[in-house]
Amino acid sequence: MMIRRRSALLGLAASWTCGRSSLALAGSGGGPDDPRFVVIILRGALDGLAAVTPYGDPDIVAHRQGLLLPQPGQEGGLLDLGGFYGLHPALAGMHELYGAGQMLPIHAVAGHYRSRSHFEAQDYLESGADQRLDNGWLNRAVAALPGQGRRPDGYGLAMGLSVPLLLRGSAHIGTYAPAASQHPDPALYQQIASLNAADPLTGPAFRDGLKARGFSDSLMEGAPAASRPADGHKPDPFSVLSTAAGQMLAAPQGPRVAALEIGGWDTHAGQVGRLKGPLGQLDRGVQALREALGAEWRRTIVLAMTEFGRTVRMNGTGGTDHGTATVAFLLGGAVAGGRVGGTWPGLRSDQLFENRDLAPTTDLRAVAAGVLRDHLGVPHGALARVFPGTTGETVRGLVRVA
Amino acid sequence: MQLSSVVNRFGWGERGGELPREASRDWLAGQLQGPDAARFTGVGDTADGLIALRTQRQEKMQGDPLVKPIFLAEVATQLDTLLLTEQPFRERLAWFWFNHFTVSLRQGGTRGVVGAYMREAIRPHVTGRFVDMLLAVMRHPAMLMYLDNASSIGPDSPVGRKSHKGLNENLARECLELHTVSPAAGYSQADVTAFAAVLTGWGIDMRADRPGFAFRDKAHEPGAKTVMGQVFPEGEEGGVQALHFLGTHPATYRHIATQLVGHFISDTPAPRDVARIVAVLQASGGDLGAAALALADLPDAARPGGKFRSPMDYATAVMRALSLGGAPSRPDDPHAPAHILFAAFAGLGQPLWTAPLPNGWSDRAADWSAPADLLARTDWAWRMAAHVRAGDPLEIAHAALGPALRQPTVLAMRQAGSRQDALALLFSSPEFQRR
Repeated sequence: MMIRRRSALLGLAASWTCGRSSLALAGSGGGPDDPRFVVIILRGALDGLAAVTPYGDPDIVAHRQGLLLPQPGQEGGLLDLGGFYGLHPALAGMHELYGAGQMLPIHAVAGHYRSRSHFEAQDYLESGADQRLDNGWLNRAVAALPGQGRRPDGYGLAMGLSVPLLLRGSAHIGTYAPAASQHPDPALYQQIASLNAADPLTGPAFRDGLKARGFSDSLMEGAPAASRPADGHKPDPFSVLSTAAGQMLAAPQGPRVAALEIGGWDTHAGQVGRLKGPLGQLDRGVQALREALGAEWRRTIVLAMTEFGRTVRMNGTGGTDHGTATVAFLLGGAVAGGRVGGTWPGLRSDQLFENRDLAPTTDLRAVAAGVLRDHLGVPHGALARVFPGTTGETVRGLVRVA
Repeated sequence: MQLSSVVNRFGWGERGGELPREASRDWLAGQLQGPDAARFTGVGDTADGLIALRTQRQEKMQGDPLVKPIFLAEVATQLDTLLLTEQPFRERLAWFWFNHFTVSLRQGGTRGVVGAYMREAIRPHVTGRFVDMLLAVMRHPAMLMYLDNASSIGPDSPVGRKSHKGLNENLARECLELHTVSPAAGYSQADVTAFAAVLTGWGIDMRADRPGFAFRDKAHEPGAKTVMGQVFPEGEEGGVQALHFLGTHPATYRHIATQLVGHFISDTPAPRDVARIVAVLQASGGDLGAAALALADLPDAARPGGKFRSPMDYATAVMRALSLGGAPSRPDDPHAPAHILFAAFAGLGQPLWTAPLPNGWSDRAADWSAPADLLARTDWAWRMAAHVRAGDPLEIAHAALGPALRQPTVLAMRQAGSRQDALALLFSSPEFQRR
């Protein structure tokens, strides 16, 4: 486990944490029962047809025989999702969640853009707007929540060294990265914070960083190590961050919204071999989140989303090029899962988007909006601000009704 | 112009109080007019890297036994250069252009050739014409492997018909979007596909005595192709013509001018600054040396601290300020200065030659200034400062920052309890985070 005790810092951090915590307790509403929401950005464009394969579609063999895995039940085959779709076998943990009614893949989703550029598309995916913005839809959603300002480390949390566009904006967002084992003592940190206090960029960053580090370290005390893969290798960074995110989200005064990211999806060549690694990491990361959240998993929804899908036909190099619609995953104890959502557009050549891509039938923003409203409690009237250019459309029925 | 601010903005940070004596514009121009003074030791060329890769594959060797030493030697000699260079402006340009034409270790198996790519395709053209750099990049095995073009096959070519293989449009798309005209030029999916067809056959001959670029006629899509309204003939010549068209296109000059101003002057390039650089590129036929010098003449060029340091900038500046490095780093010594720097890049979030995606590393403060980012910098700089056993920290501070050094930083350093703490304060000051 990379995260170490940092008791030397606690003296400094505890005062801030306690100061804000008591403030939080004085407020009304909010508490350990708050819903938890995690977004995993799959950067690089996941091939939705490989992750959730419509093996029952008669046209798929003609398009991509070289990419298809054996049907469910055969060795190394897909894991069945109800007789038409099959899940990639590297996602075995997520398949168990499906069996428990806690996973809902939604197929043929796409954002509102039709760019096949990773970089434009990721910006639009995260900004949630029809133009490039410097803030993201998840930050705006947090800002729309009543009581979001009372968390010691912010209501939202970015896992890793930088804050993704998705979480940038006016709402206060914490960041967390495992720290190195040796570091200066609290007094020096305090001097550094005051040396930077007046700087508009580094001032808030140092202030929040020290506060967040002290706060999360106090949570990490005695925390169990990240779940290890069965083969005994050390856990990959994504699992480490997932465990840390789960532990912080589970804490009574912890953040309630977090974002993680994982790359490796841009499979232009040799896709069958290349996809196993990132899919396995994703699967282990979800598992780590579930374990670390413990009892709070039942209040949790995880949205795993990517900027666009990939071409339906295999390209010349055993891979796929940039496409349009793909799959998104909802996972967690609060998901109304155990089925595959979305409307299947078909794979006949005349059903494809521009005769090359899976045609989009569900707007990813409406999926996100459905979770934000029905799970997180973002007021319906605020959804059009969260996703400018929409009128706040939502996909219904994504969240389990207690 | 304040010399120390120019040394920081256009270079890699002041090294141990060795401020140049001449006027700052002459200092910058002198670095570009002479030849590249960098001397790389212990490394071969791209063919050597490809032979190592070929042998590993043929012998089914595990663990990269032949490629790894090549990579470590490249890291040692290239990062030694970064620490010691007396042409820091030229050195910054080389790394800028590498980032523009990113090759990343994340895919394509380029570990054995990425260092050679920097030395062979990027560095020789840093003060030359953009279109020549573009051609060198697009013919280099590292780029052809990274963005999959080596395996892209014309579906109607002899190989394509026989093997039922076809196009891979990855390199064509990124070349249009990132390397040349950018989406502002308004090309379509059909242009991407047609350009991918133009580039079929641009591959690598792995069987040759000296493996390297080869045009594979039998994998090339027959017939003329139309890209952005221009018709390009069949054959290798069609690709050369298309790259000449793209590499001298007004939209390309605008795109690279915007990136240059974004890297050197401001996260939000002023239109008048971009227009100035575009004009120089247009008038000079894409002369990158002329464009680079014109950056120094922009009104904001001498203002200190206009750019937030990336992790690579930051770690290099810390080590240069501490005068670390000197004797050549041994490739197999993890404590050699080059390898300390290599580890710092990764620890601070910008691992060498490992950008997440083909658009390279960000040039914007917002992407590098998250709380966890800054704490990681402070923690690392504090550990580095422990290596300094002699010298006055305030002298290091004045040498590194010149007039940009603020009084509160000086006061805090004076009151620090140790040399290590004083230096950690310097390296955590807002002014040191910027160049």
